[in-house]
Amino acid sequence: MSGVPKASVTHAGPAIMQPPEGRAAPVGDGVGPLLAVRGATLQYKSKNLVVTAAYRVDFQVFPADRFILLGPSGCGKSTLLKAVGGFLKPAHGSIELNGKPIGGPGPDRMMVFQEFDQLLPWKTVLGNIIFPMTCSGRFTKAEAKERALVFLEKVHLGKFAHAYPHTLSGGMKQRVAIARAMAMGPAILLMDEPFAALDALTRLRMQEELLQLWDELRFTVVFVTHSIAEAIILGSRILVLSPHPGQVRAELNAHEFSHENQESPEFHRLHRRIHAMLFSGPPDAAQAGADDET
Amino acid sequence: MPCCFQARPTRRKPVLTMRPDTTRTTPPVRAEFERAPGALGDVGAITRERSRWQRLTDRPAIRRGFILLALAILWQVYASRLHNPLLFPSFTSAMVAWWRALVFGPLLLRAWNSVSTLLIGYGIGIVLALALTTTAVLSRIGEDFLSTLTAMFSPLPAIALLPLALIWFGLGKASIIFVLVHAVLWAVAVNVLAGFVSVSDTLRMAGRNCGLRGWRYVMRILVPAASPAILAGLKVGWMFAWRTEIAAELVFGATSGSGGIGWYIFENQNDLQTAAVFGGLLTVIVIGLLVEGLVFRTIELQTVRKWGMQR
Repeated sequence: MSGVPKASVTHAGPAIMQPPEGRAAPVGDGVGPLLAVRGATLQYKSKNLVVTAAYRVDFQVFPADRFILLGPSGCGKSTLLKAVGGFLKPAHGSIELNGKPIGGPGPDRMMVFQEFDQLLPWKTVLGNIIFPMTCSGRFTKAEAKERALVFLEKVHLGKFAHAYPHTLSGGMKQRVAIARAMAMGPAILLMDEPFAALDALTRLRMQEELLQLWDELRFTVVFVTHSIAEAIILGSRILVLSPHPGQVRAELNAHEFSHENQESPEFHRLHRRIHAMLFSGPPDAAQAGADDET
Repeated sequence: MPCCFQARPTRRKPVLTMRPDTTRTTPPVRAEFERAPGALGDVGAITRERSRWQRLTDRPAIRRGFILLALAILWQVYASRLHNPLLFPSFTSAMVAWWRALVFGPLLLRAWNSVSTLLIGYGIGIVLALALTTTAVLSRIGEDFLSTLTAMFSPLPAIALLPLALIWFGLGKASIIFVLVHAVLWAVAVNVLAGFVSVSDTLRMAGRNCGLRGWRYVMRILVPAASPAILAGLKVGWMFAWRTEIAAELVFGATSGSGGIGWYIFENQNDLQTAAVFGGLLTVIVIGLLVEGLVFRTIELQTVRKWGMQR
């Protein structure tokens, strides 16, 4: 009944998603977790105080997971994603990718941000997709261009290869960012509310396209959102976080749901369940679902 | 059963006051309709030729030419009214003197002397500014160093260092270049650093995500991302360099024997050749216009405008 079947071990992604020469290759056979976050406490300093964004968070992401970090604003979900990206070190606990602790930002964890200005304005669409591939030295120029064109076609932007980012619409910019991240063949794709700034119609199409891409390539993605419906539709597994500071509230399965069955009673039941979790917290969490929309 | 949405007679009331509506106004219910998109016909797909005047005035060179023409006419009218060529020569006589100095006189050579010295100082200043700002964004001590130095030296007019430069480097090109570097360096560094600092967090993270660090990160992410501010800095630096160059020549005279435009102006002022003084000033202005209109504008068109970073 689901539009997107669950990941099967036999169905490995096409070779193009795999990094060359087995560097940072995903764990095979679905044995161990690809990403393991253990008791991670994340803090950042403002001028006079230390703010705890996430407190003792545990979760594991397995290959080909569509792992969602869901929670109200202020639950530290974006901070968690940045920590996985290597932009922030956990104050306590550990974050490991393929069994190795994360040291800093790197091209094995490509990020897609919410903001449209993540593309380099001085490079064309094609140049933007090629940039990380050549900068990291993983691909030669010719290889990078070939891959870039393949992924540009996958996000339906083949015609815009030589356009500059400022001439594109918001949705197109996000597509380029997604193509840029995927073309790199990262071990894990990190998406920080990439569709939040889009209009509702574009968002719907982008969600469908992302699911189609996943169906084809079986990449692993960690996706941050504050929309319950988006979490259920896109995710195979949902980590629900409580606010101030973010703590794990629940981990739920959502692999059966997609756009096709979002009117089904099961979908609504899960939606209500998560809704109740987010609203049952302290009173200041009441705003949680207020901006929830798909 | 009468519909509850029936339009009721409503009282006219002020629109801007948001008082509770006691009469419960409801909008009238209108008939629904659907419409197939019609052919655009002769209304939708109009492309209209723009008039020749519009196309002409779209070109900045022509608009600016008009302004120059108007200024020249104003000058000519005022000077012929004044009728005192010693004090204020007419536009035409200044042009004639300028032409003579350019073709038969030493002005072209003087201009080249000034420009070549200027370019050396400007170049060294820019390289130093880039080096200082790069260390400033990569390390905290570098940032402290740069901000302290700019705070100290930017209020200091470059020409005030000339006496010291003359003692250190003697009479010659080196002294002027030293002063020029001082004039360019701090102005450019302040602008470049401001540009680096204002690069968005998202772009920074996108760059670091690709595995870029240190010097490569600055060159491949920060420099292009800060290019509007860097270009502004280069323009300000160019302006400061010219002012300093001319001022230094006026104070100190010839550079390496033959002298530059500043020296030319000074000489002709001594000889009361007012028209030639104007010629010298015009040369500075024309070089300024050319560099602005050709060099900086081309760079802008090929970079920040093309990338949509600047209108």
